Amino acid sequence: MEILIASAIGTLTTCGIYLMLRARTFPVILGLSLLSYAVNLFLFISGRIKLNAPPIIGSGAYTDPLPQALVLTAIVISFGMTAVLVIMALGAYLTAGHDRIDLYADKEKAIKASARIRGHESDSRAEDQP
Amino acid sequence: MSLALIAALPFLGALTPALTQRFGRSIATVTIAVFTATALALILQHLPAIMAGQAVTTQIAWLPSLGLNANFRLDGLSLLFSLLILGIGLLIQAYACFYLDASEPYARFLTYLMLFQGAMLGIVLSDNILLLLVFWELTSLSSFLLIGFWSHLPQARQGARMALATTGAGGLAMIAGLMILGHIVGSYDLSAILSQKAAIQASPLYLPALILILLGAFTKSAQFPFHFWLPHAMAAPTPVSAYLHSATMVKAGLFLMARLWPVLSGTPEWFWIVTGAGLITMAFAAKVALFKDDLKAILAYSTVSHLGLITFLLGLGTKTAATAAIFHIICHATFKAALFMLAGIVDHATHIRDIRALGGLRRAMPISFGLATIATLAMAGIPPLNGFLSKEMMLEEAAHTAPWIIPALATIAALLSVAYALRFLTYTFLGPTPAYAHAPHDPTPGLWLPPAILVVLVVATGLAPMPLTAWLVDVATAATTGAPIHANIALWHGLDPPALWMSLAVIGGAIVTLGLYPALRRIWDATPKPQAKAIFDASLTGLTQTAATLIEKLHNGSLSRAFSLALLTILTLGFYAYHSAESLPGTRALTPIALAPAVGVALLITAAIAATTLHRKRLLALLLVGIVGLILSAGFAYLSAPDLALTQIAVEVVTIALMLLALNFLPKTTPRKTAALRKARDAALAVTTGVATAALAYALMMREAIFPPISAFHLAQSVPGAGGHNAVNTIIVDFRGYDTYGEIIVLGIAALLIFALTENLLGTKWATRPHQTAGDAGDPHPILLQTATRLILPMAMLVGCYLFLRGHNQPGGGFVAGLVFAIGFVLQYIASGQDWTAARRRIPYHAMIGAGVLVASATGVGSFLAGRPFLTSNYTHIQLPPLQDFELATAALFDLGVFLCVLGAVMLALDALARLAKPQEGR
Repeated sequence: MEILIASAIGTLTTCGIYLMLRARTFPVILGLSLLSYAVNLFLFISGRIKLNAPPIIGSGAYTDPLPQALVLTAIVISFGMTAVLVIMALGAYLTAGHDRIDLYADKEKAIKASARIRGHESDSRAEDQP
Repeated sequence: MSLALIAALPFLGALTPALTQRFGRSIATVTIAVFTATALALILQHLPAIMAGQAVTTQIAWLPSLGLNANFRLDGLSLLFSLLILGIGLLIQAYACFYLDASEPYARFLTYLMLFQGAMLGIVLSDNILLLLVFWELTSLSSFLLIGFWSHLPQARQGARMALATTGAGGLAMIAGLMILGHIVGSYDLSAILSQKAAIQASPLYLPALILILLGAFTKSAQFPFHFWLPHAMAAPTPVSAYLHSATMVKAGLFLMARLWPVLSGTPEWFWIVTGAGLITMAFAAKVALFKDDLKAILAYSTVSHLGLITFLLGLGTKTAATAAIFHIICHATFKAALFMLAGIVDHATHIRDIRALGGLRRAMPISFGLATIATLAMAGIPPLNGFLSKEMMLEEAAHTAPWIIPALATIAALLSVAYALRFLTYTFLGPTPAYAHAPHDPTPGLWLPPAILVVLVVATGLAPMPLTAWLVDVATAATTGAPIHANIALWHGLDPPALWMSLAVIGGAIVTLGLYPALRRIWDATPKPQAKAIFDASLTGLTQTAATLIEKLHNGSLSRAFSLALLTILTLGFYAYHSAESLPGTRALTPIALAPAVGVALLITAAIAATTLHRKRLLALLLVGIVGLILSAGFAYLSAPDLALTQIAVEVVTIALMLLALNFLPKTTPRKTAALRKARDAALAVTTGVATAALAYALMMREAIFPPISAFHLAQSVPGAGGHNAVNTIIVDFRGYDTYGEIIVLGIAALLIFALTENLLGTKWATRPHQTAGDAGDPHPILLQTATRLILPMAMLVGCYLFLRGHNQPGGGFVAGLVFAIGFVLQYIASGQDWTAARRRIPYHAMIGAGVLVASATGVGSFLAGRPFLTSNYTHIQLPPLQDFELATAALFDLGVFLCVLGAVMLALDALARLAKPQEGR
């Protein structure tokens, strides 16, 4: 059983990270979901595996309740995080007209943009001179 | 408690101007003056004890485990500084009331001023060096605000930035120095540190600590070579210059040196560093002051010079020198604050600050002239004023110090200071009257009374130093040196002391210097001088550009690249940790594998891999991810986590609904553009991380915990302590309720963020037209779906209520209940659209989030009423005849807050997206 779960965690992590390394928003969000699954599962098994022992007092044998409590809130929070990401991705797509996650697709543009930022900075500094 | 209250009073006063400004500036000023005056009165109330040689202390354990205590201490030295801060503070408040223009944000000015006053008072009253550091940094910050008060002036902004950078950097060094000091002694309490002279001076860390602390003191007190910020800080309004840059803040460094004098002084290192810096500063700044033409610049360099004088005296390390230093602190504060205020008056009256363009003001402004004459002569050290007394004490000390260069430099510095003082006075008030644009005249008493009070003090303490100041000098010096002392300050010491002859030489030399001034001025103007501001700006620009280059290398705008780099770092660190540490052997037995879970895991792996390989077809990939989530929730159920299973499945539903909504806008496919090499690289990175994670998870599962987990306590206390049988729920709402409290707030904030982003989006022009797919689905709101969802809603709510109520004892609880409710509502959105649903919604979702957080907070605060800490829960058993015996726990109320917050957050997020999805008119 441990081997199965470990391989599930490994697969989820691999798939999650591969998707998160894509250059478009939607695969990145999917990747993040998969990675969240992996992380939650990992957190959960830190309480070790114990079958038929839910932490409901009265049944006799109990598994560790603390990782469960932590993962429970983590699941809900990851929904919030995903939702924020989704809306940000949507906003970026609607306003920029593309859904690439990288700021600059090509090097030239990047250099131009940074030169623009620099130029702006030196402008404001010149303004500062009495 | 009283000392802590005194230190808090100015901060409380800082809050009032916002409220009192509507009643006019007099009321606002009087209100803050009441706070200052009360603090002063409370300080004076301790006077008898201090005169008897005791120290008043207040101790509040704040973070005792870190050695951080809010300990306050009032002894002779802090008394002296408190009197300066609060006494001169009162005069400055009165002066500022008349000085600032009606159009300026006066309330803000007062608030900054009071913040500064509180910070400064905190420094001198602190008995714990960590506390002192906090106040120290606060003075830097508040002085930044005050120097930059006229933020429309570039000089003000630059001066404020320079002051903050310089004193802030010095403050950082000082933090390190004081930490070392605390480390040597083993305590951060000043009283403990001050008793450990031998241990500190024997420590090999003494010299680094000394240098670091002195860096803090020298930057704050503008000692050479860190003096350059003070003249630039003169861009501040004059009341600020008079208060911070003559009487109080720049003396914080001196205060620190005096405070630590018993443990740091007396060594050759101390002597050479402190005396050297003081002497150079005193002579150098006096020379610069002679060649400045701006009223405030002259006073600024003069202040630097006088601060150097006091530093020099503290560096000598003898008790008489310390006495002279303390006495000069008093004298300098009185005459220099008065002079700054008078310079402000001249500036106000003539709008000219260049003394070459001034002159002849003795006729137009007789009162100011009289006051300025006395204060300037005191600055020059002319008898019988107090400046003379302290200067003579200084010369006396210098005369007895070898080598010869010390008395020689001290004499030259004194000579120069007489020269610049006389030049300041004659150029401004004497000589012919130039044609002024507006006829200058003396100001209202509100402006000249505060300096006049100080000038009276200058004369009185000069004529009768023993009855007026000796007591204060005695207690302050005794507190500085740690030994009782009786100062003997007198105008006339007879013909023997060398100081007398040096004074005569000084006055003679000054007259000669002024006679030769035109020639000297030509030499000065011809010599190139390093421009501190240019050097400072250049180094700042250099630093900024280095940082920019570095950031550009690390963050070139590609998120994938940054993520890969982060992953690589984590992997490297992980492998390093694995190889460099020992690991325990796995002792746990493997759990046998049943068929169903094996199939489940196989499905999960297949779905995950399929989602990855088919990710270009986005809808399909999303459904596959949903399958992973569903299998995961079944897995949780199998692995003894029913609560997790419930939550996971409910979250899965709302997440998929949300992503589907988003996909409505986004392109349905991802274009193939990625190079094969990059794919291979990403895959290699992903597989390596995945394998490492799997190995780590396996290794973890095969080993027992090294320390017994805390959950034994949770399981044992779940029923007797929290009154619930579901240990997971009791942890969430009770044992770790504070965590949950934070989490629901985070969730609420996330939902509000989504709402705000949507509002923003709705207000902007879209570059891309959303993909409208409504036509593809035929009827967007099929009647069958509508009818079914109407039936489902009450059932979902019933299930939600059931899950909520049983949550404390059985799987369920606020989180799941909120999600189940949300699913019921989401179905209405899907079936009937946003318009229909929104029209039937009575409670706004924001209100639900807010109510949730409020209910949770109220439950938490409620335990205060029972005298327990925040969020302590309580429960009782209730018997209602037809029902079973059930418990009523306050934790259930907290869970209600969780429920409301989760429901509100989920619905607000989905509703925001749904509003985007609605066809927009006129877009």
